[in-house]
Amino acid sequence: MTEIFGVPTQALFGQLLIGLINGSFYALLSLGLAVIFGLLNIINFTHGAQYMLGAFFAYFLLNKAGLGYWWSLAIAPLASGAFGMLIERTMLKQLYKLDHLYGLLLTFGLALIIQGLFRNEYGSSGLPYPIPEELSGARNLGFMFLPNYRAWVIFASLVVCVGTWFVIERTKLGSYLRAATENPALVQAFGINVPRMITLTYGFGVGLAGLAGVMAAPIYQVSPQMGADLIIVVFAVVVIGGMGSIMGSIVTGFALGLVEGLTKVFYPEASNTVIFIIMAIVLMIKPAGLFGTQR
Amino acid sequence: MPEAVRIVDEPIAGAGTVPLLAVSGLNAWYGESHILHGVDFGIAEGEVVTLLGRNGAGKTTTLKSIMGMVERRQGSIRFAGTETIGLPSNRIARSGIAFCPEERGIFASLNVKENLLLPPQVGPGGLSVDQVFELFPNLKERQASQGTKLSGGEQQMLAIGRILRTGARLLLLDEPTEGLAPVIVQQIRRTIERIKAQGFTILLVEQNFRFAATVADRHYVMENGRVVDMIPNAELESNLQKVHDYLGV
Repeated sequence: MTEIFGVPTQALFGQLLIGLINGSFYALLSLGLAVIFGLLNIINFTHGAQYMLGAFFAYFLLNKAGLGYWWSLAIAPLASGAFGMLIERTMLKQLYKLDHLYGLLLTFGLALIIQGLFRNEYGSSGLPYPIPEELSGARNLGFMFLPNYRAWVIFASLVVCVGTWFVIERTKLGSYLRAATENPALVQAFGINVPRMITLTYGFGVGLAGLAGVMAAPIYQVSPQMGADLIIVVFAVVVIGGMGSIMGSIVTGFALGLVEGLTKVFYPEASNTVIFIIMAIVLMIKPAGLFGTQR
Repeated sequence: MPEAVRIVDEPIAGAGTVPLLAVSGLNAWYGESHILHGVDFGIAEGEVVTLLGRNGAGKTTTLKSIMGMVERRQGSIRFAGTETIGLPSNRIARSGIAFCPEERGIFASLNVKENLLLPPQVGPGGLSVDQVFELFPNLKERQASQGTKLSGGEQQMLAIGRILRTGARLLLLDEPTEGLAPVIVQQIRRTIERIKAQGFTILLVEQNFRFAATVADRHYVMENGRVVDMIPNAELESNLQKVHDYLGV
């Protein structure tokens, strides 16, 4: 059997693949957090619960309405986004002139309520969600077996992340968003409806979490705790990439997924903590994060 | 204290026409601080009018109130016959008023061209990008540069060029010459003369009344959140002592 650094290639690439899969979710979730923080200045602690909601939407669509994965992929992010916009209009809107801490407390409280309600109804154990038929099976790459569904998750996540980056950094709509991040009052005085843009941006960020939830459902199962388990790591990813940095969240999300995977191969004991160790080092050397600027 | 000058939808003294902008009994607050105490003035279409006054007289707050950027306002601001006092700033901008702030408001995350193209067009008659570049050739050379990497003068050109594109009928310019070298001030003056000739109406806040005298038709003097005097530009020379007293120069 071929080995690299004394590790069988199957094991090495298998862990790298798991790292990339995790990285795909880190990137999607931290991208949503970055977009929201950039414009709303709110650290959205509800993000994990909104990711879980996406997965549950998919579960309900399948089991109550008979609509499968591909329908869920379109409907669940929209439903999550609409729910997010409702939260923004009715609650977050009241907090924009207050300290960050109030937004953090409100979103944290909301996360606890949403997760509590789902745990009360569905318990803590995961509910199964099948891999769509078109993406079942795996292909032999010679050095490893690549499950089709996992390849799809990595591909779709990359497309969504790069697409989002392109819209924000290279289009007129994105220039409104970037300008409003710096000086919303002036952008509004140019004739742009900034409050509506804020609502739609929050909805989009939450929609990304919902999309990640749908994509995660066949891999991790659908559970009320699935967001809570992931969100702490995602916040570390956001801090390392730089709060509010779009490119930072994408690159750091995928890179840290890979680092986590490699750590599992070479020093498994540290695999759960490596991201937090990196976060501590980055905070000491570059407090604004690798791609961030001091605000 | 001199009596406030009251001008509503009536012909403007010294201008002889119904105003494009009529401000009447305007009060404004920042939090608990009452800044404007009943501002009254008007501007006719095609005029260049300045607000003169010492620091803290309420000139910038008046511009921001017209633009809807001050949260708490009372009174009346009629633009082209329409009341705008209750409108949000985006709708005021869409009605045809554009604002160039004192700090210029150039966005660091946008390059020069993106900054220039940022404000949407709100009406016909705005300058094309090429016309803005013709007016300010420096901007054309540096269109790919980050907005805040420009010199102060270039940033001011960008801030003015940006609102000239929009087709707004009334331009609010807040201290456009502040901190600029004399040669740039001359360029800004020529620009204002040129856009005035093209029919733009301009409300200019200036502390430098010598600069204001070269471009304006009339001057309103503000003190303690009120308009206390109006001096036609033709009478400025004969009122120099009064202006000096108002401005403390």
